[in-house]
Amino acid sequence: MSFDATFQNKRFNSVGTRPLRPDGIDKVTGRARYGADFNMPGQLVARVLRSPHAHARIKGIDTSKAEAVKGVKAIVTAADMPDLTDGDEALFAILDNCMAREKAMYDGHAVAAVAAIDESSAKAALKLIKVDYEVLPHVVDVDAAMMADAPVLNDTIFTQGVEPAPSKPSNVANRSEFGHGDVDAGFAKADIIVERSYKTEQAHQGYIEPHACVASCNADGTADLWVCTQGHFVYRQNCADLLGLEASKLRVTSSEIGGGFGGKTHVWAEPVALALSRKAGRPVKLIMSREEVFRASGPTSATSIDVKIGATKDGKITAAEATLRYTSGPYPDMWAELGAMTAFAPYDLENVKTVGFEVVVNRPKVAAYRAPSAPMAAFAAESAVDELAKEIGMDPVDFRIANVAKEGTRSSYGPVYGPIGIGPTLDAAKAHPHMSAPLGPNQGRGMACGFWFNFGGQTCTDLNISADGTVTIAVGTVDVGGSRASLSLIVAEELGIEYSDVKAVIADTSTLGYNDMTDGSRGTFSTSMATISAARNAIEVMRQRAAIMWDIPLEHIYWEDGHAKAAGSKHGNRAPLSVKDIAAEAGNTGGPIAGHSELVADGAGVSFATHICDIEVDSETGSSRVVRYTVIQDAGKAVHPAYVEGQYQGGAAQGIGWALNEEYIYGDDGRLQNPGFLDYRIPVCSDLPMIDTQILEIPNPNHPYGVRGVGETSIVPPLAAIANAVSNAVGLRMSHIPLSPPRILAALNAAKT
Amino acid sequence: MSSKKHYSITVNGKQEEFLAEPRELLIYTLRERLNITGPHIGCETSHCGACTVTIDGKSVKACTMFVAQADGKYVTTIEGIGGLDDLHPLQNAFKEHHGLQCGYCTPGMITRATKLLEENPNPTEEEIRFGMAGNICRCTGYQNIVKSIQAAAAEMNAAKEAAE
Repeated sequence: MSFDATFQNKRFNSVGTRPLRPDGIDKVTGRARYGADFNMPGQLVARVLRSPHAHARIKGIDTSKAEAVKGVKAIVTAADMPDLTDGDEALFAILDNCMAREKAMYDGHAVAAVAAIDESSAKAALKLIKVDYEVLPHVVDVDAAMMADAPVLNDTIFTQGVEPAPSKPSNVANRSEFGHGDVDAGFAKADIIVERSYKTEQAHQGYIEPHACVASCNADGTADLWVCTQGHFVYRQNCADLLGLEASKLRVTSSEIGGGFGGKTHVWAEPVALALSRKAGRPVKLIMSREEVFRASGPTSATSIDVKIGATKDGKITAAEATLRYTSGPYPDMWAELGAMTAFAPYDLENVKTVGFEVVVNRPKVAAYRAPSAPMAAFAAESAVDELAKEIGMDPVDFRIANVAKEGTRSSYGPVYGPIGIGPTLDAAKAHPHMSAPLGPNQGRGMACGFWFNFGGQTCTDLNISADGTVTIAVGTVDVGGSRASLSLIVAEELGIEYSDVKAVIADTSTLGYNDMTDGSRGTFSTSMATISAARNAIEVMRQRAAIMWDIPLEHIYWEDGHAKAAGSKHGNRAPLSVKDIAAEAGNTGGPIAGHSELVADGAGVSFATHICDIEVDSETGSSRVVRYTVIQDAGKAVHPAYVEGQYQGGAAQGIGWALNEEYIYGDDGRLQNPGFLDYRIPVCSDLPMIDTQILEIPNPNHPYGVRGVGETSIVPPLAAIANAVSNAVGLRMSHIPLSPPRILAALNAAKT
Repeated sequence: MSSKKHYSITVNGKQEEFLAEPRELLIYTLRERLNITGPHIGCETSHCGACTVTIDGKSVKACTMFVAQADGKYVTTIEGIGGLDDLHPLQNAFKEHHGLQCGYCTPGMITRATKLLEENPNPTEEEIRFGMAGNICRCTGYQNIVKSIQAAAAEMNAAKEAAE
């Protein structure tokens, strides 16, 4: 059924209020069930053997001694997971990443897995698996991997997107280019040009819940999977494809999720757990340790970025250019492309060119992390913009306002913008008291802008009205940030009922149509669209039921303020029928009342934010402290403002951690040296101040309520905002993220000599 | 494989007796043996605090204590702090002030906060931040966690004054 998603400027009753999340009570009492909180009778415990080498050919795996360990029920290697991918390179990359085939591609790459009756037996067996490795030269640094003499990871990778096609394989998987105009002509018109190089290190999403699942392959060809995931329908498809199962026979239930941030959009352990269960004939529980989470799941790209921007003396940018190199782990993806698309998105540029290089290295397969690729691109672009403003002698906010993108601007990545919020966030920053507050000694202020596309995608909602007039919605997007609350508000709004009369549940894959995963800030955007559509379909049914109850023609009944009303003078004196009134009679008027919707949510509204932060740097130790932080972001429409603010604060906190401390540190041997929370230091409570938020609402024209999606953009500006603040505090340009104490101290000492 | 020994631990007021290897981590005893799954595992290295419980009046990370060390002791988990019908003021405050998102760190956070407020019933914001620094939250930026603890402290102090 087609659905008109055009923005309707209506007055809201429920949307925009701040009721309590329905999952809160279970979460404060310990009742909420996460990936590791589920068990099945006869369940085995699984453990994974991982490569200690960054790059090694697997010449043989001898599992015979391990199989003899008492209590071991199954051992799988790549031999138990045959290649069924039929030339699908992306799917093959997932398979190879789940279980190394010919080569181990990074420290931590899975090479075998054991299922046993208990953890001790599984661990004992792991130690007895003998893997014959031929250690190969490795490379982990993005720039080193692009050198002509770098070890080539995969001799089937020939750089795509270059003419003529290269005759030799390399680690550069593809080159992408975006932009318009003539940058050379633009630079020729510039009075001042800033040209700089930047680096960012690899960060991890750092969800506190490690990956966990319980898998059961049954003798009748059906299978069940309980798992913490951001997309159980996608996990079902991936697992079914990799194991040769029928998707409809694999039932995947998403547990409560203990954080994901993009990191739980990819399968790792789940196909392995299913393969173990299939071989053992018993359910298998697989939980990754924190060390495994760091070594083998998740991280974002490490990058190396060159930026060149030119402007006239009166502050108009004449050309902007960037070359962005992103690591993708051992398998190509589109991380550099996303960076190249987002770098200059906030600006109205006559001449712009960005080039992205996707580089394979001996690090874990990169996974999405909250606006993936955008924070690093914004760090480089916004650092250069800041420096250019300073050289021209303009206030950094005024300089950005003078060049800001607006409705009708052709974006640096192609499309022409509709109504967008970057200008209003900059205006709000300029007017914000934070911008003019005095700074203390050793403090610096920085600001920066950020952009993210936001996604839509395939989405379903089933809405069922009970005989008592209360409503259940079954949705297929996992609740990662409060969407059960926001979607319940949407139902209350559409049907004119109380929020407390709505219960939202996440359906499993056997009870609802396919849904894309919760990514791209799409949870509330997409599923609210399907939910509004489902509610309006239910209203149509209720109008029909009212017609039966009143025995008057359907066209004489309209829906208003949560009630069926009779139109015209003939029926006008009838008391309106509420949802409860109609639901109570459902059994006599045609049976249960429901509304369904299956749609592709198109028209996600692009999202912009501006952040301001004050940093204090201790020049003796190089340590820095965030003194004040302000987030200003366009939400389109904030359905549940408290949870929108929560996204703003959470994203900013993650960005602050990335900017100041978080990084993967590899030894010369290519092994990760800090796979734990001690040495990979994410912000704790005492590291952060209160984070002020300001929600702007510039409606998305492609959503009935104007919703854009809010989950990701808040991590985009912090790297740049903090680098700008630190640079202003110490009087030196900082160009390598994270700005950890040793790095700041080294820069200060270098400047002294 | 080491041999099993007999242990007796009082968890949330209930005495539990069982045989276990001494090296078994207390968090496994709670979660796998006793099916008390409120305390979560986030790191197994005592950095994240998701497994925080109270033992004999002190906050303890259950992932870095052997079951043998807990023998004969009194353990309180989030399940023992309050349930659906008798929420502790901190549980209520985390619920009312949006002091959680994914909720994975929440049981450990609240359990730790009960001890923090016992040790210091009138903490400043800074004292709360340092007192909670052993519990990591990756979702919220801590804002509403701090506010929840402030709200609970105010409520508990008001109740105490009213009772006096």
